Amino acid sequence: MSAFIHLAGVRKLYRRGREEFLAVSDVTFDVGEGELVSLVGPSGCGKTTVLKILAGLHPADAGTVRIGSPEHPFDPARDVGMVFQQPLLLKWRRIIDNVLLPAEILGLPMREARERARELLALVGLGGFEAKYPYELSGGMQQRAAIARALVHDPKLILMDEPFGALDALTREKMNLELLRIWRESRKTIVFVTHGIGEAVFLGTRVVVLTAGPARMADNFTVSLPHPRSLDIKTHEDFGAYTRRIYRLLGME
Amino acid sequence: MSGTREAVQRYTIAVLSHLLLVLAWHFFVVLGDVPKIVMPSPWETAKALLVPNYRWIENIAVTAGEIFGGYILAVGSGVVLAMLFSWSRLLEMWLMPLLVSLNMIPKVALGPLIIVWFSYGIGPNILIAFSICFFPIVLTTARGLREVEPDLLDLVRSLHGSRWQIFLKIQLPGALPYIFSGMKVAAVLAVAGAIVGEFLGSDRGLGYLMLQVQVTLDTPAMFMAVILITLIGVVLYGLVLGLERLVLVRDARLG
Ligand SMILES: Nc1ncnc2c1ncn2[C@@H]1O[C@H](COP(=O)(O)OP(=O)(O)O)[C@@H](O)[C@H]1O
Ligand SMILES: [Mg+2]
Repeated sequence: MSAFIHLAGVRKLYRRGREEFLAVSDVTFDVGEGELVSLVGPSGCGKTTVLKILAGLHPADAGTVRIGSPEHPFDPARDVGMVFQQPLLLKWRRIIDNVLLPAEILGLPMREARERARELLALVGLGGFEAKYPYELSGGMQQRAAIARALVHDPKLILMDEPFGALDALTREKMNLELLRIWRESRKTIVFVTHGIGEAVFLGTRVVVLTAGPARMADNFTVSLPHPRSLDIKTHEDFGAYTRRIYRLLGME
Repeated sequence: MSGTREAVQRYTIAVLSHLLLVLAWHFFVVLGDVPKIVMPSPWETAKALLVPNYRWIENIAVTAGEIFGGYILAVGSGVVLAMLFSWSRLLEMWLMPLLVSLNMIPKVALGPLIIVWFSYGIGPNILIAFSICFFPIVLTTARGLREVEPDLLDLVRSLHGSRWQIFLKIQLPGALPYIFSGMKVAAVLAVAGAIVGEFLGSDRGLGYLMLQVQVTLDTPAMFMAVILITLIGVVLYGLVLGLERLVLVRDARLG
């Protein structure tokens, strides 16, 4: 079976006037359909850049980027869902109408989309909050709504850029568990960017490690911890081994 | 609902404060024995409305038409220009500095020229009202349209959304609070603009009437004209506030 995402030798330069800045170099990894891949590294190592390349927001300067396979065709216009560090809900829209934004942009049939948005809000634990405005929800709840928004057009690929980075530690752990549940139930392919090493191992079926200065990919390994995972897996000795492996790569041991 | 009770209380107090001002005016004139030619009492002022020669209704209609005409024109074209600015940085870089300079021209100084070009009438006065309130609309709207989260733009672009969709669904609703603050400033300016136009050259309108009655030293009529001009401005401002309340508070954007 061919990979759903195939990146090989991906490189990205940012040009500011006459200066060039190498943000990403030699990034090579494959993601199977239905995997949850963690992309981990210190800030500035190019994680967001890789996500933007995957989202088709800007092209790579070199290398191969291929998404989709014969078994799982990928439409770049409607098969990407994005979640950012901030929920970025529109303040003037009710939660359900926020969730519906991608459906509106894609011009999907709204009756069905609304039905689906309701189901998704229930899936992310926001049943009953459809008619609320964003300011009536806590940060964690807003981020749940943002996840529902990323799913509403039923995309094949979800890109998450440090989605729980702005949440307090407890809410973050809870959201990690929720995300695993949502992932299991929705069976999406997810690329999850984080600078939390524990979070990367806890969530990922695979972890890709990036380093900055020089920008490069340092590691790419499968996490063979069993699913479904619960928080006590963090005391598992393999969990410790995986996190130590990443710490070592980032020169923190 | 305590919200409505508080609102009723606020409006009641606002009306009372205005009544108190009229009362103070009355006693100032009566007790101070101020000559009518310097300052008429409220009652004398109201009586000016009975002079049929002054054609109040027609003059009110003309002035209100100029104010609303120039204002609506400025809001419409200002928002469109700001939208074009948000789509083309180059256009903004060329036009914005020009607008800043042009806006510095005192519109009063332009008045005589406009009259040379377009002669007397409602049209040139609409133009002056327009020119004076166009800039604040463009400025505030452009500012509001720029206030978009870049990540939100990425989200829409990842779905291959058009810039028209970005404008309608994200930029414009997000900019509304800015647009309304510009519209409030512009409402005051539009009134001033129209009256300046009528002072400089006109054969109708409340500003024109003021010049006429100045010659005959009919101070009560001048007072009445000023009050009516102010009332037109208050109505415009009130409409803007009402519209703002209708669009903004309901969606809790300020909450
Ligand atoms: N649009 C841009 N123009 C220039 N440099 C950029 C741009 N975006 C990111 N960079 C630089 O590229 C590097 C990688 O950025 P990014 O992908 O955002 O890293 P991360 O998400 O891992 O923090 C950073 O050093 C950043 O300053
Ligand atoms: Mg980043």
